[in-house]
Amino acid sequence: MEPGHDVVKEHPRLELRGITKAFPGVIANSDVGFEVAPGEIHALLGENGAGKSTLVKQIYGILKPDAGEIVWDGREVDIPNPHTARALGIGMVFQHFSLFEAMTVLENVALGMDDPGKDRTALAKRIRDVSESYGLPLDPAREVHTLSVGERQRIEIVRCLLQSPRLLVMDEPTSVLTPQEVGKLFETLRKLKAEGCSILYISHKLNEIKELCDAATILRGGKVVAACDPKAETARSMAQLMIGAEFRSVARREAGKDTGPVRLTLKGLNMAPEMAHGVPLKNIHLALRGGEILGIAGVAGNGQGDLLAAIAGERKAASADTVTIDGKAVGRSGPAARRKLGLCTVPEERNGHGAVPDMSLTDNAMLSAHKRMGFLKAGFLDKGKSRNFAAEVIKRFDVRTPGTETAAGSLSGGNLQKFIVGREILQKPEILVVAQPTWGVDAAAAATIQQALVDLAATGSAILVISQDLDELLTLSDRIAVINAGALSDAMPAATVSVEEIGLLMGGIHGSPEDAHAKGAA
Amino acid sequence: MGLDTILAMLLTVIAAATPLLLAAIGELVSEKAGVLNLGVEGMMLVGAVIAFATTVGTGSPALGILAAMIGGMVMALAFGVLTLTLMANQVATGLALTIFGIGLSSLIGADYIGTPVDKLASLSIPGLSDLPVIGPLIFGHDILVYLSVAITVAVAWFLKKTRAGLILRAVGESDLSAHSIGYDVIRVRYFAVLFGGLTAGLAGAYLSLSYTPMWVEGMTAGRGWIALALVAFASWRPWRVLGGAYIFGGVTILQLYLQGGGDIGIPAQVMNMLPYLATIIVLTVISAGPWRGRLDAPACLGKPFRPAS
Ligand SMILES: Nc1ncnc2c1ncn2[C@@H]1O[C@H](COP(=O)(O)OP(=O)(O)O)[C@@H](O)[C@H]1O
Ligand SMILES: [Mg+2]
Repeated sequence: MEPGHDVVKEHPRLELRGITKAFPGVIANSDVGFEVAPGEIHALLGENGAGKSTLVKQIYGILKPDAGEIVWDGREVDIPNPHTARALGIGMVFQHFSLFEAMTVLENVALGMDDPGKDRTALAKRIRDVSESYGLPLDPAREVHTLSVGERQRIEIVRCLLQSPRLLVMDEPTSVLTPQEVGKLFETLRKLKAEGCSILYISHKLNEIKELCDAATILRGGKVVAACDPKAETARSMAQLMIGAEFRSVARREAGKDTGPVRLTLKGLNMAPEMAHGVPLKNIHLALRGGEILGIAGVAGNGQGDLLAAIAGERKAASADTVTIDGKAVGRSGPAARRKLGLCTVPEERNGHGAVPDMSLTDNAMLSAHKRMGFLKAGFLDKGKSRNFAAEVIKRFDVRTPGTETAAGSLSGGNLQKFIVGREILQKPEILVVAQPTWGVDAAAAATIQQALVDLAATGSAILVISQDLDELLTLSDRIAVINAGALSDAMPAATVSVEEIGLLMGGIHGSPEDAHAKGAA
Repeated sequence: MGLDTILAMLLTVIAAATPLLLAAIGELVSEKAGVLNLGVEGMMLVGAVIAFATTVGTGSPALGILAAMIGGMVMALAFGVLTLTLMANQVATGLALTIFGIGLSSLIGADYIGTPVDKLASLSIPGLSDLPVIGPLIFGHDILVYLSVAITVAVAWFLKKTRAGLILRAVGESDLSAHSIGYDVIRVRYFAVLFGGLTAGLAGAYLSLSYTPMWVEGMTAGRGWIALALVAFASWRPWRVLGGAYIFGGVTILQLYLQGGGDIGIPAQVMNMLPYLATIIVLTVISAGPWRGRLDAPACLGKPFRPAS
C-alpha cells in the first residue's frame, strides 16, 4: 500500500459488493467484491474470459449487474449509463476501442465527453496540449482510419484525461505500446495517482503489474480467487494464481542452433504506404532461414502493415524478384500463389482481416487452409475435414468457444487470436509470418502460442514474428531487427541484444531513421 | 427556343427534382444513422394519398401536408418497431413496407380517383414574384419546393455542425462504440427513421397536391427507388443529393422536350434511360474524383444492433 496520505480513515473510492452478472449460458461475474482506495493503482488479473471486461463495463454503466452493489466514495450508487459514470468521475479506456473510424480524432474525443464545449478550436488545442504534456502526441484533425493501433489507443486515453477522472479504468491499455510509450504511460498514471486519482488496471503483462500496481485482485471463472500485493509476488506466482495450475513457461531452443537454407528473401523492397499518412517502405532487405525465428520490433505505424501485406502478397512489389520464396520470384504473385508455396500469414487485425467475423470457425478454417490441408474433394468443399481441423485448433490452443460452428466475430479478442494463430500453425507452413501473435492473450495462452511457434521452427520452418512486445521477441527470436519509419535495421542476434538497445532503435514515433541507423551501427 | 420555353423548362425541372430531393434527404439521415429503409416508395405513396384525402376532406392543403408527414412517420414507425426493436432484417422489412404502402394507398385512394383538387398555391410575394423571369423562377413556387431546399440546408448543417448530428453519424459509423460511450443507439435510430418517414410523406404530398394535383394509384412511379439510389450515388452527402436530384430532374425534362420536338433518331427507350445514366455518371465521377471521401457509406448501414445489458 502507498503510505503517502494521512491516516485519516477515508472511504474507498470504489467498492464492489457481491457483483453478479450472467449472460445466456455463462456466469461472467459471480459475487465479485473488492475495494479501490483513493490514489491506488489496483490491478485486475485473470485469464481471457475470466470476466474482467464484463466487470468494468458494469462500473462504467454499459452493463447492468444482476445483483450486487457499487459503492462510490462511501455512497451506494446506481450507474445506469456511461454519462452517469462520467459525471461521478469515472473514465474508461476500452479493450476493444470505442472509436469511429471515419471521423477525426477531434470528433472522437468530443463524442466521448459530456460537455466538450461549443468551440472546436479550443477543444483541438486542449487535445494537443494534454496529449503532448503526457507524451502521447495526437493530431486532432486526423481521421481515425489513418492511424495505427497505437495511436488509436492514445485517443482513448487522452479522451479520459481531458475529463480529469477520479477513477480511471484501463482495460488492457498497453498491449499495443512500445516500452518507451509504456514508460510514458506509467509516468502519466503515477502523476494521476499523485493527484489522488484511483486507477483500475487490467493487463496480461505481469511485469507491468508488478512495477505499477499497489494491489491486485485475481479473477478466475468470474469469481475472485485471490487478492495479493503484486510487489510481493513474482510474475510466475501471479500467473499460477490466475490459471489455478502450474504455469509452464516457453522452452527456448539452445542459441546458435543450426539453421537451414534461406526460405524467404526481400531484396530492396520499396513501397508506397497503403493508407494516407502512412510511411513508405524503404529499401528493405531480409533473408529468413528455415528453422529460425526472426523478430521484427517496431512501434505500430512504422510500416509493419505494409511489410506484412507485401510478404503475404496482398500488395505486390514493383518487380517479381523483390520477393522470393525458396528462390522463386513471387513479388508479383498474389496470396494464393504464395500460400501454395508454403507461406502462411497471420495479420494484425483479427476481425475482418484474419477472420471473417460473420462466418463460423469451420468456414474460417476452410478459407485459409483448404488448399494446404486438402479440404477440397473433386472441387467441392469437404466441411467435415474443415470442422475436424477447426476442432483440433480449438483443442490444441484452448480456444474458449461453444463449438466449431460459432461465428468468429463472437469470440473474445484473445480467443479469436488463439484460433487464428493456431489455424496457421497447424497447417505446418514452411514459412510463417505472424503479426502480434499474442496480442490480448493471457499469460498461459501466450505461452502455448509461443511454444507452438518455437516447436514449428524446430521442425525446420522459417518464422517471422512482427511484434511490439519486446519481451515476447526476446523470448522467441533467434535474431531481431527493428523497423522504424519504413526502414528495417540489420538483424541482430537476440542473445546479445538488450531491451534498451532495441527500444532506442524503435525510437518511438519521434525517432528518425537516421538516429536509428546511427545507434544501430554504434 | 424562346425565353418563355426555357423558363417553363426550368420550372418543370424544379418540379421534377423536388419530390426526389425530399425523399432522398430523409433517407440520407436514416442511412447516416445506420438504417437502410427500402420502404421510401411505400411511405411516399401513403403520404401522397393521405395528403390528397385530407385536402379534399378538409379543404385545407396545410392540413393535407401535415397529415402526409404524420402518415409517412407512422409508416416509418412501423418499420422502426420491426427492424430496431424486433431486429427484423432491414432489407426484407423495407421491401415489405413498400408493398404494404402500395396496397394501403390504393385502398385509401379508391374513392378519390378522378376527384379534382386545386394545385397547391404558389407563394406570392408582392413585388418580387412579379419580376420577369426571376419572379416565377425564384419567388413563384409553392411552400414544399422551398421546404425541400431548406430541409437540405438544415440537414447539411445539422450533420456537420451540431453535436446531435455528430452523435447521429457516430451511431451509423459504429453502433458498438456509440453504445459503449453511452449513446442510446436505438433511440437515435428511431429519430432518424421517423425523419425519413416525415420527408417521404412530404415528397408524396408534393406529388399529389402540386406535381399532378390528383390521386392516381402508384403515382410515385418509382421515385422512391430513385431517391434511394441518389443517396448512395451522392456518397451520403446532402449537397450532392441536392445536385443529383436536380440533374435527374433536369435530364428528365430535357429528354422529354427532345422527344416532344420530333424524331431525333434515338429510340424513346434510350432517351428514357438518360436521366438515370446522367445522374449515375455525374455522381460516380464526383465520388471517384479528387473530392472522393475514403469511407463513404456509414459503416453500420443495414446492420441490426442488439445491445447486451
Ligand atoms: N455480451 C456478451 N454476451 C454473452 N457472453 C458474453 C458477453 N460478453 C462477455 N461474455 C462472456 O463472458 C465471459 C467473460 O468475458 P470477458 O468479461 O470479456 O472476459 P475478460 O475480459 O476477462 O477476458 C466470457 O465467457 C465471455 O464469452
Ligand atoms: Mg477483456
